Amino acid sequence: MIRAALQHLSSVVWLLIETVQEMSDHVFFRRRMPFRPTHFFNQADRTGVGSVPLVTLVSFFLGLTMALLSGYVLKTFGQERLVPNLVAIAFTRELGPLITGIMLAARMGAAFTAELGTMTVAEEVEAIEAMGIGPRRLLIGPRLAAVFLLMPCLVVMSDVTALLGGQIISKWAFNISLLTFGDAAIHALYFRDIAGGTIKSFMFGGIIGMVACYKGLIVRGGAAGVGDATTSSVVTAITTVIAFDTLFNIVQTALIA
Amino acid sequence: MKSSSGHHNHNHNHHGVNHGRVVELSDVHLAFGAQEILRGVSLHADPGERLVVLGKSGGGKSTLLRLILGILRPQKGSVEFKGLEVTRMGRWRLNRIRQKIGMVYQYSALISSLTVKENLALPLEELTEKSAQEIDQIVEEKLEMVNMADTWDKMPSELSGGMRKRVGLARALVLDPELILYDEPSAGLDPVTSAVIDELMISLSEKIGATSIIVTHEMDSAFKVATKMAMLHDGKIIAEGTPSDFQNSSDPIVSQFIHGNPVGPLTAEA
Repeated sequence: MIRAALQHLSSVVWLLIETVQEMSDHVFFRRRMPFRPTHFFNQADRTGVGSVPLVTLVSFFLGLTMALLSGYVLKTFGQERLVPNLVAIAFTRELGPLITGIMLAARMGAAFTAELGTMTVAEEVEAIEAMGIGPRRLLIGPRLAAVFLLMPCLVVMSDVTALLGGQIISKWAFNISLLTFGDAAIHALYFRDIAGGTIKSFMFGGIIGMVACYKGLIVRGGAAGVGDATTSSVVTAITTVIAFDTLFNIVQTALIA
Repeated sequence: MKSSSGHHNHNHNHHGVNHGRVVELSDVHLAFGAQEILRGVSLHADPGERLVVLGKSGGGKSTLLRLILGILRPQKGSVEFKGLEVTRMGRWRLNRIRQKIGMVYQYSALISSLTVKENLALPLEELTEKSAQEIDQIVEEKLEMVNMADTWDKMPSELSGGMRKRVGLARALVLDPELILYDEPSAGLDPVTSAVIDELMISLSEKIGATSIIVTHEMDSAFKVATKMAMLHDGKIIAEGTPSDFQNSSDPIVSQFIHGNPVGPLTAEA
């Protein structure tokens, strides 16, 4: 099993290298953009704009629940004024990127794998290769760029709506005014919390995009193959994101300590 | 007819020498794991020729086309396109070569999320500096060549199998290829549509002077279209010659295959 995992890992890295090479060939030899801006904007619209309702709604409810539960515990110590700090730090450092990553893996990872998988099964990917267009540049390039660049934007929206949820519930449950909450949340954050969260979001975006495209391009065996690959893509992307998150937290904590 | 069945000397095996040939495969070996697909194939196509490669399904005929396109690389042997070795070519040069080759897939392989017009325009947009008007003009012209001009705004799923195949053919033509590869062009089509595709293959090769390599096991179509034939059996080319050579062949395998005889050295697919 470890051997298979390492094989997949090396194949993903190799696919990324080939994608970058195909794109740079296009830039250096043809003096053109690595892929058409319209292709990028289409993917950015689906990945970014299309994910906004889901990400904000889930984050809002999670922020609200978190404030409610942490306030419930802190209240026994008379420390409910710490709720904004807790919500702000938890979301910017950890939950924002993680929740957005999981939702994007489920939403866009599945879509990318299913699309590319269907194209692979129907020989469309091979036909693009046979025409000399470079399927990795054409298909992976815009998708990867979209999910890599828009993931941090979605994380910011997730953080903000989670804080909003916490803010609203804190006013009602713990009588913390909206202004006080906002002020406390901003003051609780250090640059390293925001930077850590942002670096993570880029990384998660890259992981989700690469895993999804890779799983799509290695599909074998018709419709059932596409189904299996899509499931496997979502599971792998979510597991990898959480594993990478853990690793990142250990390294970050060790470096700061 | 050159028949090399049972022995290994291929009279057309000219390593490193090119006689203005469009495609030349020499002693090509290819295996997927333990399964040997090609065991020393040597074959060539001259300019303007329509070479039909016959053979049982699953015998490696389509694999030959993928080797010419550089999508698969052989374990041994050489594959040349116009004297250039495809097997050791880097990605960029290979992509340049591929632009001179049009491939028509068995199931068309049109991009299902794009309209007919967008399918044909894709290689032009990605690989040439042509303006939108020029691209429109080329797309229209190529669709007209295959009598599909009125389908430009349709999605591939709205077309029948035969129509899709014709659009696939038009797509293979947009970059004005010097070589057109056909993978089972008449498989799964009714006799009339199949005959239309055959006529198209002949008229296109005569009109634009491109060389064609056609992989098929439909004998009627093969004899109608071919200027030269080759038979792939057991990973080797066992016979090569003109259609009339094949009609009169005394080779038991060739004669069983072209007459569709159930009894003989060939057995049905396992």
